[in-house]
Amino acid sequence: MQDVIIIGAGVIGTLIARNLSAYQTDVLVLEKNLDVGDGASGANSAIVHSGYDPIPGTKKAEYNVRGNAMFDQLSRELGVPFRRIGSLTLAFDEEGEQKLSELLNRAKQNGVPAEILFGYDAIKEKEPHVPKEVKAALYCPTAGIVDPFLLTARAMENALDNGAKLHLGEAVTAIKPIDGGYEVQTPKATYQTRYVINAAGAYADEIAKMMGLDKWKIIPKKGQYFVLDHFGPFVKTVLFPLPSQKGKGMLVTPTTAGNYLVGPSSSIEESKDDVSTDSLTLAQVKEGGAKLVDQLPLKEAIRVYAGLRSSIEGGDFVIEESKPGFLNLIGIDSPGLASSPYIGKLVAEMAESRLHLTKKKNWNPFVSRIKLANLSLEERAKLIKENPDYGEIICTCEKISLGEIRQELRTSLPCLTIKAMKKRTRCGFGKCQGGFCQARILEEIARANGKKLEEINYGFPDSFQLKEASK
Amino acid sequence: MKKTVDILIIGGGAAGLGAALGAVEAGAKEILLVDRKNRLGGILTQCVHSGFGLKVFGEELTGPEFASRLARKLAETPVEVWLNAFVLSISPAKEALISSRDGLYQVSAKTIIYATGCLERTPGMIQLPGTRPSGVLTAGLAQLYLNEYGYLPGKKAFILGSGDIGLIMARRLSLEGAKVLGVAEIMPYSNGLVRNKVQCLDDFGIPLYLSHTVSRVYGNHHLEAIDLVKVDEEGKIIQGTEEHIECDLLLLSVGLLPNVGILKNAGARIGESKGAAVDGSLMTSLPGVFSAGNSLHVHDLADEAYLEGIEAGKAAVNCLKGVPEHRTMTPLSHNENIGYLVPSYYDESYLGDLLIKFRCRRPKEKCVIMVIADGEIIKTINKISMLPSEMEIIRIPKKLLKNNLKTIEVILEDRL
Ligand SMILES: Cc1cc2nc3c(=O)[nH]c(=O)nc-3n(C[C@H](O)[C@H](O)[C@H](O)COP(=O)(O)OP(=O)(O)OC[C@H]3O[C@@H](n4cnc5c(N)ncnc54)[C@H](O)[C@@H]3O)c2cc1C
Ligand SMILES: Cc1cc2nc3c(=O)[nH]c(=O)nc-3n(C[C@H](O)[C@H](O)[C@H](O)COP(=O)(O)OP(=O)(O)OC[C@H]3O[C@@H](n4cnc5c(N)ncnc54)[C@H](O)[C@@H]3O)c2cc1C
Repeated sequence: MQDVIIIGAGVIGTLIARNLSAYQTDVLVLEKNLDVGDGASGANSAIVHSGYDPIPGTKKAEYNVRGNAMFDQLSRELGVPFRRIGSLTLAFDEEGEQKLSELLNRAKQNGVPAEILFGYDAIKEKEPHVPKEVKAALYCPTAGIVDPFLLTARAMENALDNGAKLHLGEAVTAIKPIDGGYEVQTPKATYQTRYVINAAGAYADEIAKMMGLDKWKIIPKKGQYFVLDHFGPFVKTVLFPLPSQKGKGMLVTPTTAGNYLVGPSSSIEESKDDVSTDSLTLAQVKEGGAKLVDQLPLKEAIRVYAGLRSSIEGGDFVIEESKPGFLNLIGIDSPGLASSPYIGKLVAEMAESRLHLTKKKNWNPFVSRIKLANLSLEERAKLIKENPDYGEIICTCEKISLGEIRQELRTSLPCLTIKAMKKRTRCGFGKCQGGFCQARILEEIARANGKKLEEINYGFPDSFQLKEASK
Repeated sequence: MKKTVDILIIGGGAAGLGAALGAVEAGAKEILLVDRKNRLGGILTQCVHSGFGLKVFGEELTGPEFASRLARKLAETPVEVWLNAFVLSISPAKEALISSRDGLYQVSAKTIIYATGCLERTPGMIQLPGTRPSGVLTAGLAQLYLNEYGYLPGKKAFILGSGDIGLIMARRLSLEGAKVLGVAEIMPYSNGLVRNKVQCLDDFGIPLYLSHTVSRVYGNHHLEAIDLVKVDEEGKIIQGTEEHIECDLLLLSVGLLPNVGILKNAGARIGESKGAAVDGSLMTSLPGVFSAGNSLHVHDLADEAYLEGIEAGKAAVNCLKGVPEHRTMTPLSHNENIGYLVPSYYDESYLGDLLIKFRCRRPKEKCVIMVIADGEIIKTINKISMLPSEMEIIRIPKKLLKNNLKTIEVILEDRL
């Protein structure tokens, strides 16, 4: 019998796995997709919110602030890009200023450092790209940005390095209680486990239902975005509008890779899988973003995307052991990413107290990687001497070498799809969107995994890139 | 590792090869040509169809044939060629940082010719609505998969955009046994060369839907279908005209963009063509740095990219004697019937003729092109018809251009 099964390998499931891997216990993560982080954790705003926005006293408020504080150490240990760039919430009239002081109050109650800056000149000093009409802004220096793809992947890799297991492409279809635990079924196998952690994101309500718990209903809320190229200097802080009924509103932010995001919209959806974009909504996103900066260079857009928030009635996170040994995480929408380090720790501790686990002595919290962009020219030259693969540039937009690609194919975390490689290395994330490098990447993935080219998927199951050999 | 050369050529496609040969012809000795790929020819190596070389060799060749002829010519010269070598950056002082399997090189050059080709506009850039499944590819990537890897990316294809690569892929896919359901073009006219429309669509019975676009992509994992819709004169979707088409491959041929990243990072000014802003000698705003081929502006014919490369090669040699101290940058402008124009400036210190290249914005019949320098018409050309897909080249002999010109204007008008 397995000790723990975690259902879902988003940022939540993988960070729980990482925390549990510090204990002497067998952890198995089951993920229906072909890679970790292909759900909400791979399509969000990538903001490590400071925590001024959630209502004081809620789990969201507490976990956000605690999670935020953990990012410096976590990102260092896992080698994940993270920058505390601060956020500005902009107000353009007196009513807005009023609202800002309410937010400042909330920030104080939540324990978030914050101050209100008055007047364009004061705000411009923090962010030169704000519009002249801005009257006041709530400045929160602890807000940050993170690479959510790498956070999820490195958390999983670190867990795997410390003995956890991961089965990709296995969707949980049924769960039933058995003596001393649960039986978890997928189309490929049946597992017995003492403890189940439901971190299935948008499907968490359905997993709960498998155990007869039907009090939650996830209402998927779609958010659509533009990605702008790293065309040059632009905003350097996270810019928010005033929050409204619908949420935090459309923001403009840099990413850790030097790109910029504009979005998200917010609309309630029927489907938990439909991440399509539409022109009408994107036009609204454009309008929303344009209000926060003096000029929005949308001609630099290189991609659009959408993610689905797993919202529930009531609005706060649900994290509870609903039945002995059956722990549910439901409604983990924003600020789920910012809260994830704390949630990972908390849930691992909840499981630990039930299973009475002991800590490993030799747990290694680190993941290390060679990243050319972080090396000096001398170091880089030396590296190429040792391994010429680091001299051969494959991704011309992001300037990623063959060595960096092959490095990802040698780790404990499988890299099976073109999208997985994109998320690990940024190959294909740039302006050409893979036009120059995708064929090479496909070859490398196929070779490393002992597969034929036509067997490699773009991202999701059955998303082949090549249909068949030509005549 | 450090190295010094007279001329560094970045890119070994038609333009880069032309630049090398042009520079040799003009007497340069120390030339280094660098390409990131493992062979010369650039995009030509994946263009297995014929239609290359008519202007340069007077015969119809395939892309690889055209490329290997040029590469053979180059092999007879002292030009040093580095393959699998990628230029990471250049500086205004003409220092280049180059990464290859042999190491990291700092190359210091007296002049640089930038000929890095173009990139394709992607689904993201045009904000293609709907889902983002696999099976939606740029036409050039599909061409690479088919011609260099031997794989069909799908069997039931639709093509968005009537650019030449899309048209050529329509034929290629048909020959490979895939069904091509149609080509949609948002403009009321085709954006490809006339010969490509005839030979690649008409001959295969593939419908061309003018004033149409794709309004939605379906399929969460792999492409399942698209909606084809009509658009009005302003390019806006006409509601109610949607036609649902099932397919497993959507190719995009919606335009090419000069690949200017490295040049832009070095601080070069960008022109209307979205390539570098150059003067009549193809020198960019960075003295001693030239640009040619698709990285300067998108060419429809490889022959023209090659010939432009030769011009740049010669101009670079001319510049070895010394970068002009004072550049008279007379701006070139045009009226609204012209889409873009190269060069952006005229520098009178350059002794060659002035070659003006441009595209009309919309198809035109019976029209006249006039070149006006400081209010005086210096050249008039009558045309029976013009298409945006066909680049126009006008040569203005040096002797027609006075010194100290304030303006040069190119006007395209209907002929009454
Ligand atoms: C548009 C948008 C913007 C956001 N912006 C921010 C932000 O800026 N800051 C912030 O803090 N938070 C943000 N969030 C919230 C944050 O992204 C989420 O809270 C977080 O990613 C949730 O992680 P997760 O692991 O719970 O879910 P997911 O990443 O969705 O992971 C759930 C996983 O479970 C798997 N799964 C589902 N069913 C099964 C099954 N039956 N068997 C096996 N596996 C299954 C899925 O495939 C998926 O991989 C945003 C969310 C969205 C959608
Ligand atoms: C898909 C396609 C089909 C075409 N079909 C036809 C046709 O049928 N008939 C016709 O006459 N014309 C055709 N053309 C047009 C013609 O082929 C091109 O205009 C011409 O070949 C472009 O030459 P180039 O040298 O400017 O660019 P490219 O051929 O693209 O060469 C650029 C080279 O630069 C290299 N490079 C880029 N960046 C770097 C760097 N940083 N460091 C080192 N090297 C670098 C690239 O690897 C590439 O080899 C086609 C064009 C395309 C794109």
